[in-house]
Amino acid sequence: MYQGVIMAGFGGQGVVSGGIMLAYCGMVDGLNVTFFPAYGAEMRGGTANCSVVLSTDPVASPVVGQPDSILIMNEPSLAKFEPMLKPGGRLFLNTSLVSSRPKRTDVEVIEVPANDIAEELGNIKCANMVMLGAYARKSGAVKPETLKDNIKEIYPKAKEAMLEMNKKAVDRGAAAV
Amino acid sequence: MSEKLFMKGNEALAEGAVRAGCRFFAGYPITPQNEVPEYMSWRLPEVGGTFIQAESEVAAINMLFGASAVGTRTMTSSSSPGISLKQEGISYCASAELPIFYSNIVRGGPGLGNIAPAQGDYFQSTRGGGHGDYRVFVMAPKSVSEMANFPRKCYEVAFKYRIPTMILADGILGQMMEPLEFDFEPIDPNTLPLPSWALRGTNGGERRTVKSYDLRPSAMEAWNFRLEKKYNEIIEKEVKFETVKIEDADIILAAYGTAARICESALMLGRREGLKIGLVRPITVWPFPTQVFRDLARRVRKFLVVEMSLGQFVEDVQLSINGKAEIHLHKRPAGGIPTGEEVLEVTRKVLAGDESKVFARP
Amino acid sequence: MEKIVFEQTSGLTDVPMRYCPGCGHGIVHRLVAECFTELGMKEKTIGVAPVGCSVFADEYFNVDMIQGAHGRGPAIATGIKRNRPECLVFSYQGDGDLASIGMAETIHAAARSENITIIFINNAIYGMTGGQMAPTTLIGMKSSTSPYGRTIAANGYPIRVCELLAALDGPVFLERTSVDKPAAVVKTKKAIRRAFQYQIEKRGFTLVEILSQCPTDWAMQPLQSLERIRNEMIPYFPLGVYKEPADSKSSVMSDEPVVAEKKE
Repeated sequence: MYQGVIMAGFGGQGVVSGGIMLAYCGMVDGLNVTFFPAYGAEMRGGTANCSVVLSTDPVASPVVGQPDSILIMNEPSLAKFEPMLKPGGRLFLNTSLVSSRPKRTDVEVIEVPANDIAEELGNIKCANMVMLGAYARKSGAVKPETLKDNIKEIYPKAKEAMLEMNKKAVDRGAAAV
Repeated sequence: MSEKLFMKGNEALAEGAVRAGCRFFAGYPITPQNEVPEYMSWRLPEVGGTFIQAESEVAAINMLFGASAVGTRTMTSSSSPGISLKQEGISYCASAELPIFYSNIVRGGPGLGNIAPAQGDYFQSTRGGGHGDYRVFVMAPKSVSEMANFPRKCYEVAFKYRIPTMILADGILGQMMEPLEFDFEPIDPNTLPLPSWALRGTNGGERRTVKSYDLRPSAMEAWNFRLEKKYNEIIEKEVKFETVKIEDADIILAAYGTAARICESALMLGRREGLKIGLVRPITVWPFPTQVFRDLARRVRKFLVVEMSLGQFVEDVQLSINGKAEIHLHKRPAGGIPTGEEVLEVTRKVLAGDESKVFARP
Repeated sequence: MEKIVFEQTSGLTDVPMRYCPGCGHGIVHRLVAECFTELGMKEKTIGVAPVGCSVFADEYFNVDMIQGAHGRGPAIATGIKRNRPECLVFSYQGDGDLASIGMAETIHAAARSENITIIFINNAIYGMTGGQMAPTTLIGMKSSTSPYGRTIAANGYPIRVCELLAALDGPVFLERTSVDKPAAVVKTKKAIRRAFQYQIEKRGFTLVEILSQCPTDWAMQPLQSLERIRNEMIPYFPLGVYKEPADSKSSVMSDEPVVAEKKE
C-alpha cells in the first residue's frame, strides 16, 4: 500500500496540523510515514499545503508529485492541485467553501461539507478533522478510531470539550462519505 | 533503546545535538533551518546550556570559537548564504583545531537563491569552504532518524581529532517529519573530562593558548603538515557509506542525502521490473568513500550520479573511478527535486545505451 | 635598605615585546597585567588577542589566551564568558578591529551587556598593515590610504566609540583615557581596574578606550607623537567617564593591590 496525500487550504484551516495528524496516525497504525509542509516565504494569507506519505514500504521521497488523494479545503487549492491528482485518484472537496467543481472526469470526487459540519458541532476549527474522518473512512489507509484516539497527541493543550468536538468531527466526516 | 518519536528533521537535529552533549548554541535566523535555533532556545536552558541569538552569522561562529576553546560542546546552524558568512570563522576553527559542530540545511543558490531544498553547497562543504588548506568532517543524513543520531558521531570525531564537523542536509530533511528512534543514551558533558588544550584560567597550572597563526618562517608549513596528518587518519578511519544491492548490479546509482533516498525508490521500482540496479550512498562526503567506487568500477560498467546540483558530487565519483567506468549525471539544481520514477526512467535509458547524460569533465 | 620602586608584573611573560619604540601597546599591556594580577584574578583570566599589531598579545600576557579573527573579539569573549562565568575575560582590540570591521560585534556585545571587558586602543591608524586610515583617523591626518589627509567629503567623520556606546543601555562602565604622560598612565590603570572590578561583580559590559601613540605609522618622533595626542586627539576624543554605575561614588575603589605580588 502506498498513499501520497496532499492537504491544502488557507493558513489557519488546520491544514498543517491535519497533515501531521494523518502521518502520526499512520505511524501508530504501523505504516511508514512522512509529512512534508510547503514552507513558503509568506507567513500569512497565503495558501498552506502539506504532503503526507503512508506506505507499507519504506518511504523514499516525502515530496508528493502525483498524489493518490487530495484534501481540498478552499477554492484556490482546487485549481492548484486538481491537475496533479493521479488518474483514478480521490478528490475530497470541502463544498462548504468551494463553489466550483472539478473539471476532471478521471478522478473520484468526494464532497464533504466540512465547514458546515464543523459549525454544527460548534467550531469551524474542527473542519480539518471532518475532512480527515472522511479520508480515513474512504481510503482505509488509517483507521478513524486511530484519529480519534490521538487528537491529544497533536493538540496537547486542547481542553476536554475541544477534544470531544474533534472526535465527533472525525465521526461526522467518516459518516459523510 | 528509546521510544519512537515523531519529529521534524530540524528539531530532531537539535534534540540529537543536545543529547550528544551540546551545551552552547549561537545562531541567526534563516529559512529553512529556523526550527533549530527555535528549539535550542527553550531546550538548552532545560539542560543548563546557553542559547544566544547572535547579531550575525559571523558573530555566531566566533561565539563558537570562544565557547569551544573552553571545551564546551557547541553548535551553530544555518542555511547556504549564512554558511558562506561563517566560513571565515570555520577556517579559524580548523586552524586552531577547535571541535565545533554545525549544520547546513542547504537551500537554492547562488545568491539569495530560494528557500527550496538543494545540494549546491557540496564543493563548499567538502573542500573546506573558507580560506586555507583544511577539511571539515561532513556527514550527509537521508532521514529524520539520521538527523537525530549523526550529531553524536560528529562530536565524537570533532573531539577525537579536534576538527570542525558538520551535517550537510537540505530543506526537505529539515522540514519533513517522520518517526525516529535515538540509538544512543543522552550524554552528560559534565561527566566528560575537560580536554587538555581547553582554556580555563591557568588555576596555577600551565598557561594555554588557542591560536590560528604562526608568523615564524616555515612554521605554518609545518602546522599545515600536522593538520594533514590528522586528515589522513580521518580518511583512513572515519569513512562511512551505505550500499544497496550492489552484488549483482549492472548499474550503480550514486547519490547522497535526499537524492539517495529518491534513488532508493528508483532502485525498488526498477528491481520490480527486473533491472539490476545498485546504490552507493556516501554517509560521510568528506572523507569520501573512494574505495567502494574504485572496487565497483572493476566490474560495473555504468554509474549514474543523481544530485540536486549542477555536477559537484559527481566530481568525487569521477576522481574515485578514475576513468575505469562510464559515469552519467542526472542533475536538478536549486529546488528541482527528482522523483523515483524520473530517476528510473533515466536509469533505463542509460542501460539502453543512451549517451545524453554522459559526464565527462576534464 | 633598598626600596623597590618598580618591578615587572608576573601578569606578563618574559617574551620580549616586538612593539616599535615609543608605542603605547607595551604600557597598556603592563597596566592590564598589573590589574588582573593585583585583583587576584591572574589564574582565572582568559584574554582575547586581536588581529593587528597586538596579535602577539597571546604571547605576552601570562594567562590563558586565545587569538581570534579580526573584529570578532567581543563575540569570542561572549562565547568564553558564557561558558566560564567564573573567569575574568577581556578582549584587547585596536581601532580598525573594534570600530570598523568589528563594529557589529562591539555594539551587540555592549547591548547584551555581556559581562566582559574590552581594552580598546585608539591610535587612529592601522598599525600592522602599514599605516592605513582607521575609523578614528582625524580629519586632515595623513595615512597611507589618505595620503592628502582625511577629508570629510571622501571619508566622513572619525567615530567616537565611547559616546556611541554610551547611548546604549547595556554598558555599565565606559571611560576614555590616554597614555601620553605619567599621570594619564596612572588614570588609565585606575580605569582598567574599575572595569575589571565591575566584571568581577557581574555588573555587565565594560570598556576602556585608551588614546595611544603610534610614532612609526604617524611618521613622528615619540615625543612629537605624545604632543599629537594632547593637541589633536584629546580635543576630538575628550577624556573622561562616559558611563558608570549609579552607585559608583559610594564604592570608590582602592588602588591598593588585593593580592600583593610575590617575588619569584
